Amino acid sequence: MTDAPGGAAPNDAAGAGAAEVGAAEAAGAAEAAGAAEAAGAAESPERRAGALLTRSRGQEVLHPARDAYHATVEELHADGFVMCTDVTAVDYLLRPARDLPEGIAPERFEVVVNLLSLDPPRRVRLRVQVPEADPRLPTIWDVYAGADFYEREVYDLMGIVFDGHPDMTRIMMPEDWEGHPLRKDYPVGQVPVRFKAAPPTR
Amino acid sequence: MSYTSRVDAADTSRVAAAETSEGGQELQPRSRTGDALLGVERGAVLRLPEGAALDTGDVSVEDLDNETMIINLGPQHPSTHGVLRVMLELKGETVLRTKPVIGYLHTGMEKTAEDLMYAQGSTNVTRMDYLAPFFNECAYSMAVEKLLGIEVPDRAQWIRMLMMELNRMSSHVLFLATNGLDMGATSMMIYGWRERELLLAFFERVTGLRMNHNYIRPGGVAADLPDGWRDDVTDILEVLPGRLDEYDDLFTNQTVWRQRSEGVGVITPEQAISLSLTGPNLRSTGVAYDLRADFPYLKYDEVEFDVITGTVGDVFDRYAIRISEIRESMKIVEQILEKMPKGDYRVQDSKITPPPRARIDESMEALIHHFKLFTEGFAVPPGEVYVSVESPRGETGCYLVSDGTARPYRMHWRGPSFANLQALPVMMRGGFVADGIAVISSLDPVLGDVDR
Repeated sequence: MTDAPGGAAPNDAAGAGAAEVGAAEAAGAAEAAGAAEAAGAAESPERRAGALLTRSRGQEVLHPARDAYHATVEELHADGFVMCTDVTAVDYLLRPARDLPEGIAPERFEVVVNLLSLDPPRRVRLRVQVPEADPRLPTIWDVYAGADFYEREVYDLMGIVFDGHPDMTRIMMPEDWEGHPLRKDYPVGQVPVRFKAAPPTR
Repeated sequence: MSYTSRVDAADTSRVAAAETSEGGQELQPRSRTGDALLGVERGAVLRLPEGAALDTGDVSVEDLDNETMIINLGPQHPSTHGVLRVMLELKGETVLRTKPVIGYLHTGMEKTAEDLMYAQGSTNVTRMDYLAPFFNECAYSMAVEKLLGIEVPDRAQWIRMLMMELNRMSSHVLFLATNGLDMGATSMMIYGWRERELLLAFFERVTGLRMNHNYIRPGGVAADLPDGWRDDVTDILEVLPGRLDEYDDLFTNQTVWRQRSEGVGVITPEQAISLSLTGPNLRSTGVAYDLRADFPYLKYDEVEFDVITGTVGDVFDRYAIRISEIRESMKIVEQILEKMPKGDYRVQDSKITPPPRARIDESMEALIHHFKLFTEGFAVPPGEVYVSVESPRGETGCYLVSDGTARPYRMHWRGPSFANLQALPVMMRGGFVADGIAVISSLDPVLGDVDR
């Protein structure tokens, strides 16, 4: 909790990319300001596509609520973020406290989505809180076809179900595997060796 | 594998999964596949811009299950570059549906990373994309450095660039080798490995190892370049151009090769972007996206190079881009030779990088720092970052979450090969099985990178 958003900026990206980062941030800020005016909501926290905007080591991070996640993604897609480069998840079971903007309640799981705009080149990251009791999230496969494998991977290794995904099956582990290995409560080093009976020939 | 006939039509894939233990991941008969998944397997990419909707004219979906055949290509097949298993639905020799089935090389390296100290992490990640180890190490190290908020010395950055560009060359010549072999040009296999040997010999002189170097580490690189490195690199740069011209004679200007590869496995820019393709596979469609140019890291904004793009997005373009990228990398290496600055090869912060071995004998502080670094490691401030570099296969990214201790709380790896495989159904649709081999080869997947 020591790094308030933007607090790390002086240390950060002092080299080549600093100019670009700065420019992108300025552009992003202007855009977000415009969006906020349009929405008629002139609060102080920065927003984009309806989600709170923070910065982590100079990188833009959006915090949409779970209900608004799909709409935010669609809005960003329309805004030029044409590619979904990555979908992953973090299990914050062992470290519930973390740097989240005010108004976002931390949950056990956090799905992290990386979106990329090619022209102009810029990135944005989405962090969505997903509660342990109901680990579900709407799929973004209908917006980004490339999220297919990534959502399957998150389901397989972290146990978060993406509603509406066409093929919500395991992708890394065998189909009959029990548990989701990247969860923090998954025992390490105690995995029994699994043998399968030879299938009947007929 | 025996399916029972008692299958509920509504939620068939779940039932099949339960009864066959591995069925859910596999390609199912049409009658057991939902519409959306059927679309994916036939290469339909949703949400294309208007007017670019899937043309299904070349693949009939009306065929009955008993008129088609589902076969496995791999996982044990030399053309799948490891253990990639591709399930195909065929009508005669024509591919109707494709589904890559992966995970055979999954070793849980993301989980492993949570148990390793930051300094040990590069040993772990270097094994992921084993043909491009420097890129993995660099993405990881840059992520750790971003969390730490440190800037590595100039010389370290240039050394990283030098090693990565040479690594790009070695990876691409191996692509030429395997691509040639897959398409029947057996001699290319030998030539490609011969060229790679040149580069691996240099890596061995610098890092001590031919693969899995663990050379680029958080804070800089493991050691300075050895004496005579300039001559070694110059030798490589002198040998390669002539060899590349030979390949142009062997492939680029050769009718058989062009007929075999042109117009095969075509993907459009819209499809490629939607499916998260990066690297040469994306650039083959004409999209000039290269992290080195679009998000310059290290000193890439101080060297000049061209981003090579294709026009058609077929197997030939993907081949031609890589052979051109070797030439671009040579251009970059030449500039690195000119601009390599003097200075330190790592940050002189004894809390992050270990002291030189000789200092340990004479300095108590050095001994203590060494001991602390190798027993406790260094703590990294809490936070999360995503850092990516342009590897020979596309965007290699590292998402790192720190909780303030000496080990990552979570490390996620964005492997380019993993996303690139999603393009298989699109590229294979309507082609022959033999073209499928060419398509898989042209994607240049490294299964260590796919499964991690």
